[in-house]
Amino acid sequence: MPASLRARLMVAVSAVALAGALFFPLWRVSLTAPQYPEGLGMHIWAHTVSGVEPNDLQNINGLNHYIGMKTIVPESIPELRFMPAGIVAMSVAGLLVAAMGRRRWILAWGSTLLLSAVVGLVDFWRWEYDYGHNLDLEHAPIQVPGMSYQPPLIGSKKLLNFTATSLPATGGLLAIASVILAVGAPLVARHDDAGRRASSTAHSRARGIA
Amino acid sequence: MVYGFACAPANRPAGAVGSADAANKVYVAPGQHDEFYAFMSGGFNGQIGVYGLPSGRLLKIIPVFSQFPENGWGYSEETKPMLETTFGNIPWDDLHHTALSQTNGEDDGRWIFVNANNTPRVARVDLNTFEASEILQIPNSGGNHGSPFITSNSEYVIASTRFSVPIPQADVPIADYKKAFKGTISFIAANEPGKMDVAFQLLVPGYDYDLARAGKGPSKDWVFLTSYNSEQAYEKLEINASKADKDFIAAINWKSLEACAKNGKAENWPVDYTHNVMDEFSRVARSETKKSVKMLTPQSCPNSIFFLPTPKSPHGADVDPSGEYIVAGGKLATVIPVHSFTKLQQAIKDKAFETEISGIPVLKYEAILAGEVKDPGLGPLHTEFDGKGYAYTSVFISSEIVKWKLGTWEVVDRTPTYYSVGHLMIPGGATTKPAGKYAVALNKITKDRYLPTGPELTQSAQLYDISGEKMKLILDFPTTGEPHYANAILASKIEKQQKKYYSLAENRHPQVAKAERDAGVERKGKVVHVRMTAIRSHFAPDNIEGVQVGDTVLFHITNLEQDWDIPHGFAIQGAINSELLIMPGETRTLKWIPKSIGVFPMYCTDFCSALHQEMQGYVRVSPVGSSVPLTANTLKAKGQVARAAQRGITLPTPPGSSAGAVDAHAGHPTGTPRPR
Ligand SMILES: [Cu+2]
Repeated sequence: MPASLRARLMVAVSAVALAGALFFPLWRVSLTAPQYPEGLGMHIWAHTVSGVEPNDLQNINGLNHYIGMKTIVPESIPELRFMPAGIVAMSVAGLLVAAMGRRRWILAWGSTLLLSAVVGLVDFWRWEYDYGHNLDLEHAPIQVPGMSYQPPLIGSKKLLNFTATSLPATGGLLAIASVILAVGAPLVARHDDAGRRASSTAHSRARGIA
Repeated sequence: MVYGFACAPANRPAGAVGSADAANKVYVAPGQHDEFYAFMSGGFNGQIGVYGLPSGRLLKIIPVFSQFPENGWGYSEETKPMLETTFGNIPWDDLHHTALSQTNGEDDGRWIFVNANNTPRVARVDLNTFEASEILQIPNSGGNHGSPFITSNSEYVIASTRFSVPIPQADVPIADYKKAFKGTISFIAANEPGKMDVAFQLLVPGYDYDLARAGKGPSKDWVFLTSYNSEQAYEKLEINASKADKDFIAAINWKSLEACAKNGKAENWPVDYTHNVMDEFSRVARSETKKSVKMLTPQSCPNSIFFLPTPKSPHGADVDPSGEYIVAGGKLATVIPVHSFTKLQQAIKDKAFETEISGIPVLKYEAILAGEVKDPGLGPLHTEFDGKGYAYTSVFISSEIVKWKLGTWEVVDRTPTYYSVGHLMIPGGATTKPAGKYAVALNKITKDRYLPTGPELTQSAQLYDISGEKMKLILDFPTTGEPHYANAILASKIEKQQKKYYSLAENRHPQVAKAERDAGVERKGKVVHVRMTAIRSHFAPDNIEGVQVGDTVLFHITNLEQDWDIPHGFAIQGAINSELLIMPGETRTLKWIPKSIGVFPMYCTDFCSALHQEMQGYVRVSPVGSSVPLTANTLKAKGQVARAAQRGITLPTPPGSSAGAVDAHAGHPTGTPRPR
């Protein structure tokens, strides 16, 4: 039996929201310091990392060289090459699943999306960890014993004179909405099916078929 | 106490307010911005002082006609051509007046124009960079005091000869003044950046020409400028040029001159004059000599100039916001005469002429007079307007500002200045829409207003609140140079357009190094080019060897930063010119000729980062003919690239650097081997 229209619609919307996340930055890392009242910021997209203002990335890299942090070069992050394809694949799959409307497929698709999201976040955290901890201490002019510079995944953290704030951006919010819908869809499908089954049983009884 | 009382006599500021009240009016809290930018001419310092109003805080000094060792203006190879003239490279001039560009008679915040008195020139200063971008020499002029005055759509900047001279210049007895000496009024096409030019000149009788205002509204096709010494005295002018009862305001229809020039009525006069332009992208100034100018005469273009008799040795000619009234300030006059533009038109139509001088009709005083302000004080100089129907005249000898009403010509208020006010300024006072909130008195004498500093005291300005019926003195503030005229503009009109850095990608300097790996050294005979980069907190290269005594070493330093407010500086021991201040994304060049062997330090002069003190290096200088090879230590650059390569990373090229690369690398020094 195909899933309820509501559940299928949720999957479709989820797939579209996911595709939408390609067109907006997923995450924003903002840095402020006394001498940067206007702030510096980075946008993490599915396919790249960019400055919020044209030269922010260059300026962040410039500042990072003091603590021996690696230069942030989007081309050097392989995930950014796979992620857009993955998102497109998941979106297309989502639309197909919505069209087919099989509950089992909805469940499978939703679980995959949830899993990918978790893997994505863990991977992001791993990159942050790597940038923040694997410092080139041989060439770092500023070395504070015991200090690492990993920005938070979500929230704010003081890193020397900078306050780093990391939050999902428009694309990230779309992706989160997509995951919520995707996780919700199988549940709604089950709920609706239970309802449909009950009502169809009642209906059949009334017609005397049972 | 007795001394104190004796020293602070009854001339307590008449219009002064309680100090707490005044302090409130000028207080701009930390972190807050002023309401106006004020651009005050620097007089004999050849610069512009930029102040915030109402606080009176000094924000910047813009060097224009004078070398400025603080940032290398006129010392760096890129800026030297800006001070080029047909007399050679001139390190100083006397900057007197300012004129903000206008659109429809209103300040539009694009540029400010300023004049050089001594070697006649006019400069354009861009208000998005606060830097002089263009300087044009004015030919056939002996002193450029009456300048720059701008028409209401910035079509022309007007400049007149202060000292009449033989035109063209000639070896004649000074006693032939009346016969041989002439003046010119120049119309400088100003509306296209980089293309200022003397569009045409008008040859006028040998008087001294002075201040001017272009008309506005109904009079916008006209310009009015004062002249003195209609006696044509050439010695002891103090006495001999003060004899005539009336001198003249010249009323000139520039539209008609423009038409005459277009219609071939002008003669092409051969004359050399220079035009200097700072290229927007290379940030290298270029100097060019122009060869001729279009000259008109009152005879070749009739009905384009008229003389308005005006008492006595007039200084200011000021047009009110409506464009109807032309107010004259006569240094020796006992009244302020006000001419009417409507009456002027009628008088021309009626041919109400007193006489004619060298083809210029002199109109009858009574036929053009709108009214006279009686008892204006001694030595009225210059008038500004508040847009509410009042005029404010600076009065030099009796040291006061006199407020009077347009139309009734009655004096309604007066307040002392400390001391001897020259010009005064109301923000927008020269436009159709003055912001009649403040007036600034630009004073000549400062005695007892500030802590004394030997014989030479600071220059001084005073800020008056003119929002009410009575003028109120609310602030004294010192200024640099001697400010003559000034302009102020609402900060909101230009604050947002400020450039924060120059784009490295668009840097087309022939010796730019857009990344550390582009840095290097090259010898061409006795000239050593050093392409060096500066970024927090190092130079690349930071050690150079193989330079020889007597070499001309050109340090081309590119500031790689693309961040606001991060200039780097550069200085090297024994350089006989200046330091460099290099703005983000910019390349500037310092010339250095080592005179003796040794190892000479160089360093960054602008505190740029925590490790600014470490931003330094050495140049080793060997004897002539030494076998020490020319090398530059670019290890640091190598190291970075190498480390990045180890991680499988190609270091990011600054945005767009490949676009400019062809240009930038054409004919480049090859430099030290670059790691690839
Ligand atoms: Cu520096």
